[in-house]
Amino acid sequence: MSRRHSPSDMSYTLVIGVLASLALVILVGPVLVVLLTSFTDNRSLKFPPTGLSLQWYAELFDATRSRQIHRAALNSLEVAAWSTGLATLFGTMAALALARSEARWARMLDTLFMSPMILPGLAFGLAALMYFTFLGFRPSLNLIMVGHAIVIVPLVLRTTSASLSQLDAALLESSASLGASWFYTLRRVTLPIIAPGIFAGAFLAFMASIDNVPVSLFLSGPRSDMLPIRLWGMMESTLDVRVAAVSGVFITTVICLMLLMERVVGLTKRIRD
Amino acid sequence: MTPAAARAGCSGGTRLPLRPAEWQLVLPLALAFVAFFAGPLLILAVVSAFDNEQITTVGFAMWTKFLGDPFYWKVIGDTVKLGFLTVGATLLVGYPLALVYIASGPWMQRVLIFVVILPLLTSVVVRTFAWIVILGREGVINHVVLWLGFAPAPLRLLQTELGLVIALTQIEMPLMLLPLLSVLGRIDPNLRDASAALGASKWRTLFQVTLPLSLPGLIAGCILVFASSTTAFISQSIIGGNRLVYLPLLIWQQSLVVYNWPLASVAALTLLLSVSAGIVALTLFGRRGMRHLHV
Repeated sequence: MSRRHSPSDMSYTLVIGVLASLALVILVGPVLVVLLTSFTDNRSLKFPPTGLSLQWYAELFDATRSRQIHRAALNSLEVAAWSTGLATLFGTMAALALARSEARWARMLDTLFMSPMILPGLAFGLAALMYFTFLGFRPSLNLIMVGHAIVIVPLVLRTTSASLSQLDAALLESSASLGASWFYTLRRVTLPIIAPGIFAGAFLAFMASIDNVPVSLFLSGPRSDMLPIRLWGMMESTLDVRVAAVSGVFITTVICLMLLMERVVGLTKRIRD
Repeated sequence: MTPAAARAGCSGGTRLPLRPAEWQLVLPLALAFVAFFAGPLLILAVVSAFDNEQITTVGFAMWTKFLGDPFYWKVIGDTVKLGFLTVGATLLVGYPLALVYIASGPWMQRVLIFVVILPLLTSVVVRTFAWIVILGREGVINHVVLWLGFAPAPLRLLQTELGLVIALTQIEMPLMLLPLLSVLGRIDPNLRDASAALGASKWRTLFQVTLPLSLPGLIAGCILVFASSTTAFISQSIIGGNRLVYLPLLIWQQSLVVYNWPLASVAALTLLLSVSAGIVALTLFGRRGMRHLHV
């Protein structure tokens, strides 16, 4: 057992331990800092805050003083809901066809559908702006919705395909051999089994739409302001401490949603696979 | 019925008349991608081949202007450099965290995954804002540095490359960790135990067993981080400020401030090509590593 405590192994434990702790601090620290900052009674972003108050939350929830933020948040929610719906429907249909196919065209399509993950979003945002402008469309929430749907499809495809690849083919065969139609098998066997994967993907897609900057930056107009773009404006001009309050609301909501999704679909397992 | 017969019955059109063909299921998404993905990218390429801002004269003046100017080359170089610095930083602290993850029990693993996903799901704008609070003149880091007496005056961290890389390390780390955790989790723990039983030190096991086997996840993480950090417009413009110019800022200025769409398209295509070149380099690097593994 003397090997276990050799100097080399102790240096391993020390180095890996220190770096991993640093990673944890870097990951979690900013979230805690923002939460605490949102309760400051100061007009600046001094940390730690000199005193605690709820004034920035009060101002954020004030219907008249923060009207534009509320408008932008509602727009973002509406776009996220529609684009997630579209991406989930089309994405699941495509996954059903592509997940088990080894054909060359299927692999190529799969690569195409996944490419928005690594394609620079800003290049696509600019391209979409010019494309819609030349087609004669004016900036609107519908255009943003279409752009978001394209960008978030890979998230649905990935989790749904992962669930499908774990689906036991014997189940589908027995369903078919018992005389069930393709659609009946889909409805009663396939979908119930892969539903957690679909929901996990839809959740990630929804959050990605809420968070999207590159597409919204180019496609939003004065009448279709989106939350991240408005927050960016608030950070660029004068450092508005309301951004901290928005962040506080955001972080709390995300933590609640994550706990909920973990309960319902086992989010951590879906994401890890 | 034998499984083979069942499979034949499953794919036979006569038994299941309502079964749609695979192409029918893919068609809606494929059409949407042609109309709203391929179409726009084609327009991007077309617009870049115009000489003037009114988009009336065809020519490659914008390309020659862009590629003939040392300033733009510096912007391209800085953008690629930022991507690789972020990849290096996320790898340096992310990989050890992934090692701790595979050595932990199931409960701790779930907590760690939560910790990794939380920043991923809290908006990029929120994460960027957090780093302004941390890196600012009156921020957390300066508070600690001054209190410990490491520096006589507040350090300048905002609007520096160092500050931006630190912030991007947190902002992009989940993208590095998720593929890594997935691949590391699938490596048979017996291999590590066997390596230790045969007398290898923990370092040797890391470099000769775990690291080579995790290469696919590692490369996937590097690609995601590289692609995301080079195009992280909000973080770059807020933390980097106007002193540090990267391709995304250039694209934004040229298209939405100056309204020079051809030049913006040239910059966007350059970003696209730079990112693709970086991804190809990372993939080749990974392939070489894996070939080495099979020898």
